Amino acid sequence: MAYSDKVLDHYTNPRNVGSMDKNSQAVGTGLVGAPECGDVMKLQIQVNPQTKVIEDAKFKTFGCGSAIASSSLATEWVKGKTVDEALSIKNTDIVRELSLPPVKIHCSVLAEDAIRAAIGDWKKKNGVAAQAEAHAPMAKAGD
Amino acid sequence: MSEQKTISETSVPNGVKLPIYMDNHATTPMDPRVLEEMLPYFTDKFGNAASRNHVFGWVAEEAVEQARERIAKLVGATTKEIIFTSGATESDNLAIKGVAEMYREKGNHIITAVTEHKAVLDTGKRLEKYGFRVTYMPVMKDGLIDLDDLKRAMDDKTILVTLMAANNEIGVLQPVAEIGKLCHERGVLFHTDATQAVGKIPIDVQKMNIDLMSISAHKMYGPKGVGALYVRRKNPRVQVSPIIDGGGHERGMRSGTLNVPGIVGLGKACAICHQEMPQESCRLAGLRNRLKDKIMGSLDEVYVNGSMEHRLPNNLNISFAYVEGESLLMGINDIAVSSGSACTSATLEPSYVLKALGTGDDLAHSSIRFGIGRFNTEAEVDYVAARLIEVVRRLRELSPLYEMAKEGIDLKSVSWAAEG
Repeated sequence: MAYSDKVLDHYTNPRNVGSMDKNSQAVGTGLVGAPECGDVMKLQIQVNPQTKVIEDAKFKTFGCGSAIASSSLATEWVKGKTVDEALSIKNTDIVRELSLPPVKIHCSVLAEDAIRAAIGDWKKKNGVAAQAEAHAPMAKAGD
Repeated sequence: MSEQKTISETSVPNGVKLPIYMDNHATTPMDPRVLEEMLPYFTDKFGNAASRNHVFGWVAEEAVEQARERIAKLVGATTKEIIFTSGATESDNLAIKGVAEMYREKGNHIITAVTEHKAVLDTGKRLEKYGFRVTYMPVMKDGLIDLDDLKRAMDDKTILVTLMAANNEIGVLQPVAEIGKLCHERGVLFHTDATQAVGKIPIDVQKMNIDLMSISAHKMYGPKGVGALYVRRKNPRVQVSPIIDGGGHERGMRSGTLNVPGIVGLGKACAICHQEMPQESCRLAGLRNRLKDKIMGSLDEVYVNGSMEHRLPNNLNISFAYVEGESLLMGINDIAVSSGSACTSATLEPSYVLKALGTGDDLAHSSIRFGIGRFNTEAEVDYVAARLIEVVRRLRELSPLYEMAKEGIDLKSVSWAAEG
């Protein structure tokens, strides 16, 4: 399969790889996908409590090159946006930017879910009314 | 070939040319000696082997008969037992459908296993539509069938057992001789898809009680588009109904003008394998073990899929936990191997062979198949191992699963959200 230059670029030089303290009040964590499906994305945002601006974002992804590229791009796009602005990012925007083929659309859906899940987590932690609840529930470490 | 830029910390040793081909279960490069022998049959010696009344036909027929002898010699058959086809898929179809039709009066039950090639499984599915009963046996964790399962599966309506000699993904060798013995004791015909095995490991249709056997040229350094079906003539005499009707070539079992250059190539490929197999299989097993030891010596949580003991000498199939196969292939894009990951398949399902071993879907997504071949070198193996180790480490740094596992989280205890 031929990858677009942008996918290759994100795969080769992924942006914002890493982890934040998931217990921090300012951090929202989204963990979506499942190992059995071959895709798991963890996306974290650090939000300024006053301005609600996402000041930093990090990701780690288990998945194909397109999944890695989608989440890398997602971290780039959410940075500098307010949480409400970030919620307007649609998977179709990611598909267009990365020229994803139809079989890889689920990667972009997962990236959108990861953004929503991270924001949902932050809102829950900070008691913000969750008017735009993540449509994919976040995976939780069981007991 | 379009080249993608690769950022690699591994230097390319002298004498190693990129990209490296290490996917020899998919196909093999043709041996130059095979090509050389084929060439005249495209031009000067172009005759139709069925032309009985002039020299062009006789020359072609002589070449075909020499090829038949070479194939027969490699597998312990006689020349009249070799039927030429377009390849192993056709041979599988002819064997299974041909027996099903010919022995319909005797019974309608066929036994196979879940790890067979699609050419066998899908043929079985089609026969089910026509009223045949097909048993798809499970395999054990190491990829082998349980002979007791086979005994239990047989009944008085069983006409055919079809089980592969060597698996195309995990290289696991089924106990063909034991299966053949059991089948003959029960008066059931035994077909084996030996596409990956012939030319790689010793096969003897007499000693192994094989009644029908599929052979392919392009898996043993011969050309694509040609193969053969061995059909036993004695003890018992096996008959198959043709699936292609026409001029009555190949003793009526497979009509169609013979692909003379291809057949010459198949014959030469068999002759070379016959001569070189002892040394070649040792050399390939050495390279395979070197690759395995290097990988397993440098990386944790790496798992071999299938039995190491009952395995083709040139096969390695490994799962790299917490790393998805397609992203791994993308990282080693100067190396040609394949993956059991869903993302690399047309169906978006992970390898059904690995699933049948009880390998979890997560590990199936993380698997890489290496097929080492005649033209691979030790320097190539070392380069492949180094690149792979580098990329797996990089992707694990990127993997949330690796991070969670290192934090001591049991990934099985996590309630993963279904895809949104």
